[in-house]
Amino acid sequence: MRFKAELMNQEEMRRALYRIAHEIVEANKGTEGLALVGIHTRGIPLAGRIARFIAEFEGKEVPVGVLDITLYRDDLTEIGYRPQVRETRIPFDLTGKATVLVDDVLYTGRTARAALDALMDLGRPRRIYLAVLVDRGHRELPIRADFVGKNVPTSRSEVVKVKVVEVDGEDRVELWEKEEA
Amino acid sequence: MRHLLDFQGWNRPEVESLLDTARVMREVLERPVKKVPALQGFTVATVFFEPSTRTRISFELAARRMSADVVSFAAQTSSLQKGESYKDTLLTLEAMGVDAYVIRADSAGVPHQATRWVKGAVINGGDGRRAHPTQALLDAYTLLEALGTLEGKKVAIVGDILHSRVARSNAELLPLLGAQVFCAGPPSLLPQSLPGVHLTPHLEEALEEADAVMVLRLQKERMEAGLVHLEDYIARYQVTERRLARAKPQAPLLHPGPMNRDVELEGSLADSARSLVNRQVQNGVAVRMAVLYHLLVGKGR
Repeated sequence: MRFKAELMNQEEMRRALYRIAHEIVEANKGTEGLALVGIHTRGIPLAGRIARFIAEFEGKEVPVGVLDITLYRDDLTEIGYRPQVRETRIPFDLTGKATVLVDDVLYTGRTARAALDALMDLGRPRRIYLAVLVDRGHRELPIRADFVGKNVPTSRSEVVKVKVVEVDGEDRVELWEKEEA
Repeated sequence: MRHLLDFQGWNRPEVESLLDTARVMREVLERPVKKVPALQGFTVATVFFEPSTRTRISFELAARRMSADVVSFAAQTSSLQKGESYKDTLLTLEAMGVDAYVIRADSAGVPHQATRWVKGAVINGGDGRRAHPTQALLDAYTLLEALGTLEGKKVAIVGDILHSRVARSNAELLPLLGAQVFCAGPPSLLPQSLPGVHLTPHLEEALEEADAVMVLRLQKERMEAGLVHLEDYIARYQVTERRLARAKPQAPLLHPGPMNRDVELEGSLADSARSLVNRQVQNGVAVRMAVLYHLLVGKGR
């Protein structure tokens, strides 16, 4: 793959997540009944950061859960797949909560669909929002995000890589071009 | 892995990866909706040429919890009674579109043979005295849950080692995870050798400082052959409260079931806080979900 451009730097990522945190509280009219659920892998640290921002400016702790959607994917037999399933841990009752799913990139919408199915099996949230750091388009399902850090029109030959300190050692969003076969 | 027949050629990371998946499956079983769509579209057949209750039900539940379709074959009510061979039985199922076969047989090697006949994944659900790998996996999982690690831990397996496929599979698997395995039983019920395992006719030696104790069913049906006298066995090998005092304090007690209370172990121990028998059964479903998932979804890898 060939590096094309930096889409967001550390400060831009921080600002985007800070804004999303405000928008979530605004939409929910406060933190009452609010919960965040990060989707493996990079959605988890992003959900944690949003929760910390909310705690900073609202003085309220919002519960954060962790969701792995592997068992709900619809393409398990198609992708070059290693049978690795990760932990799902929702240490609170989802029923009645306004739950915000947090992921790094929204692309085809299939991950979000799988996450919706998984959440429904775990409880009955009052409503579910979707927050993503980058929306790159090319949806294959009728799904949209409620909170978006940055909209990035891309082509299908491009790849968006979100890097986070917790996983990758740095905060940065990059655009790459797939090499032609 | 393409099939699960025994643990020949397995390495520690492979076992750990499977047990990690089992941990996730365990969480699925605690959800309000105990079902995930991971194996939607797959068909699993339980093919039991020998009777079984818990293994068959455990596998069927595991497959259903992951949304696979399940067909169940029992020798007693099948065309085997009309002279159909194992091979033709399996080929018939294959023609019906089965993706995975859980095979239980009274003679060793049938699951191995089956891998030559069918294209689907074959899982050994217990063959003769040879192997019962998913039982060993659920034992290992239960031990890890109780002890945290098996590295350097002493596990005592007590009873009829000679006829036990459970003992054999555990003897293969537990050392892969770093455990030391001691097998104790009457000399007439001990094999000549078991690689990687300390065999002893002295129960005390096996129990001494053991971190966990696994008690096997005394297969009463074999006693007529004069291999052991029940009273002698009870007097010398029954795991009792007093004998268990040699093991580490609170060392957990496992039993693959079905249990003969007051034969291989003191009845009160079966219901004590140390007994993980029910936990083994619960973990069995999770472990079998993990096995089906690894074989069907990660197939050919």
